[in-house]
Amino acid sequence: MSKLEQPAAPPGTLDEAAPRRNLDVLVQEDRVHRLIYTDPGIFAEEMTKVFGGIWVYLAHESQIPRNDDFVTTRLGLRPIIVVRDSAGGIRALYNRCTHRGTTLCRHERGSAKAFQCPYHGWTYLNSGKLSGVPWPDGYACDFKDAQFNLAQVPRVESYRGFIFGTLNADAPSLAEHLGPVTQPIDEWLDRHPGGRVVFAGANRLKYQGNWKLAYDNSCDGYHVVFSHRSLLEMENRLADESKKGMSFYRSKPDDAPMYCRYFGNGHHFKDKRPNVEQRPGALWEIEGAHPGMEYFENEIRQRLGDKANRALDLAASEPVNINVFPNLLILGNHVQVIEPIAVNETNLVWHGTAVIDEAGELEGAVDAVNALRMRTMESFPNFGEVDDAANFEEIQRGLAAIEDEWVYMHRGMDIPGRIKVDENGVITAPATDEVFMREYIKEWRRIMQSRPALRVRREP
Amino acid sequence: MRPERDPSLSSWYVDETYYGTLVKDFSDFSNWQRDELAVADPALRDRCRALLEREARLLDQGQLDEWLALYAPECLYWVPGTPGGGDPRREVAIVFDDRRQLESRIFRLRTGYAWSQVPQSRTVHVVSNVEVFRTAEASVWMIRSTFLVSEFRAQQSRILSGWCAHRVSEHAGGWEIRVKQVNLIDFDQSLRNLSILL
Repeated sequence: MSKLEQPAAPPGTLDEAAPRRNLDVLVQEDRVHRLIYTDPGIFAEEMTKVFGGIWVYLAHESQIPRNDDFVTTRLGLRPIIVVRDSAGGIRALYNRCTHRGTTLCRHERGSAKAFQCPYHGWTYLNSGKLSGVPWPDGYACDFKDAQFNLAQVPRVESYRGFIFGTLNADAPSLAEHLGPVTQPIDEWLDRHPGGRVVFAGANRLKYQGNWKLAYDNSCDGYHVVFSHRSLLEMENRLADESKKGMSFYRSKPDDAPMYCRYFGNGHHFKDKRPNVEQRPGALWEIEGAHPGMEYFENEIRQRLGDKANRALDLAASEPVNINVFPNLLILGNHVQVIEPIAVNETNLVWHGTAVIDEAGELEGAVDAVNALRMRTMESFPNFGEVDDAANFEEIQRGLAAIEDEWVYMHRGMDIPGRIKVDENGVITAPATDEVFMREYIKEWRRIMQSRPALRVRREP
Repeated sequence: MRPERDPSLSSWYVDETYYGTLVKDFSDFSNWQRDELAVADPALRDRCRALLEREARLLDQGQLDEWLALYAPECLYWVPGTPGGGDPRREVAIVFDDRRQLESRIFRLRTGYAWSQVPQSRTVHVVSNVEVFRTAEASVWMIRSTFLVSEFRAQQSRILSGWCAHRVSEHAGGWEIRVKQVNLIDFDQSLRNLSILL
């Protein structure tokens, strides 16, 4: 046996050198093995089967409002240009010249009818079709052959502005894949005038840890008072009574009316709205202090009178976490995107969103609402997420301990009457339970054990 | 000052006019970084340099009360996510702290529970290329400087870099900083654990 060949592990053991990982062993009912966060081979497989084999969030339509607008992004590790082509269709082109593999576009966003490769000058229309090659008489081939057009994601669909793509021809429709998670998405959008938002800058974070640590965290109501203790203390340092921000997590959050819910297909939802009084202005009242708060609140109240509370609630952080597997997290007023970079490196992009009010529902107060909303959105990435990210990094460091193999997710498990399942299979539990983790990771295992046929498409 | 307008307790001063002035003064740096506005007086330039060096020292030594005392009561510490800063009324910034929020930021770091700063970063702020520019107001200057912040934390070192715009005014025989705008060279990229003051 050469040194490069790995010995097969004895049955039932978890040898670090084992070339094949048995996910039925690594994912158990109450716990998962450290390798699902640390193993480069598993990560490589995720980048095809998860990020490619199922619907993955790519971009938001407000980033490409006009024909020819584009943003560059990734589908897993694949460089992608999401473009609204010259005919108005949304496409996800591979940002890769068919000639030598060079990325065509190195800008994050812009507007272009065509992309010319900087290396040898091959030029493509934003439909992906090759439109020109320098000195073509040096080639014997026919450049009208579709094989020279750019690869593109074969299935691209939007749900109310959120653009998704998959490489899997056998995947269900986007609507079917999303399923009941569309209800909280609809509610989140419909609280805004016109039922939509536009992206408005971003807080871009990075941590040295596996991407699933962020997805594990996205519905976790257990960590809040510990990981975010400094934020809770900060938000309440000036309050007459301690009730600002996420104070409703204090005392015993198990018994609070908020809940977490698992919808299937990896999607989950933490609904904290039941903890807030259901009346206009109640959400605004629990906002901590933010720059410009007193001035702009006064402006909005002067302008709108009795209707001011609804407008102010739009500047307040909506108390929901809507988590669309694998990479789209809608929380507060943010659209957060998980971008895996490596097995132990992840970008978290917190896109801010702004209110638009074409019908004048806010009677001229929309600019003041947005001036407040931008400031409320900066708070969590600055004073909350940095501490979570530090803890994610410390998990990754802790998981370097090879012999201590397991990570637990069994909160709420086996307690009679605690977890409710409705007739559609939707699971509801206290917001501090880890049932959402146990369920989504089983879906992750199912996807990782599947053999999806992934294909690109090219213009004919 | 009426107590209800104390900028440590309320934020009346961050109003429409304040934002408008900020955008006008900062969003296009070619408006103020002009050769004909550059201050030639070595004494004035040296006083400005001394202010920035003192600020760097106080940050590196963790003397955050003394650091904040360099700032006007109605101040701003701003790290934009777009070149020049854009219009912060319509887009989120990396950091946009008024006086009250800066005090909150420092409060949070001192709780002992801000895990991104447990243990604390060790930093060296290097400030250079200091240029001073006149403004339309006689006792207000704009300072452009470049910086490197060497940060060590959690077994790793890194460098953050960029340029700063300080809007400063004469006050009681010294200086006070009205606005500090920190323009990171990688402002539009994902940044790891940006929990120190730059």
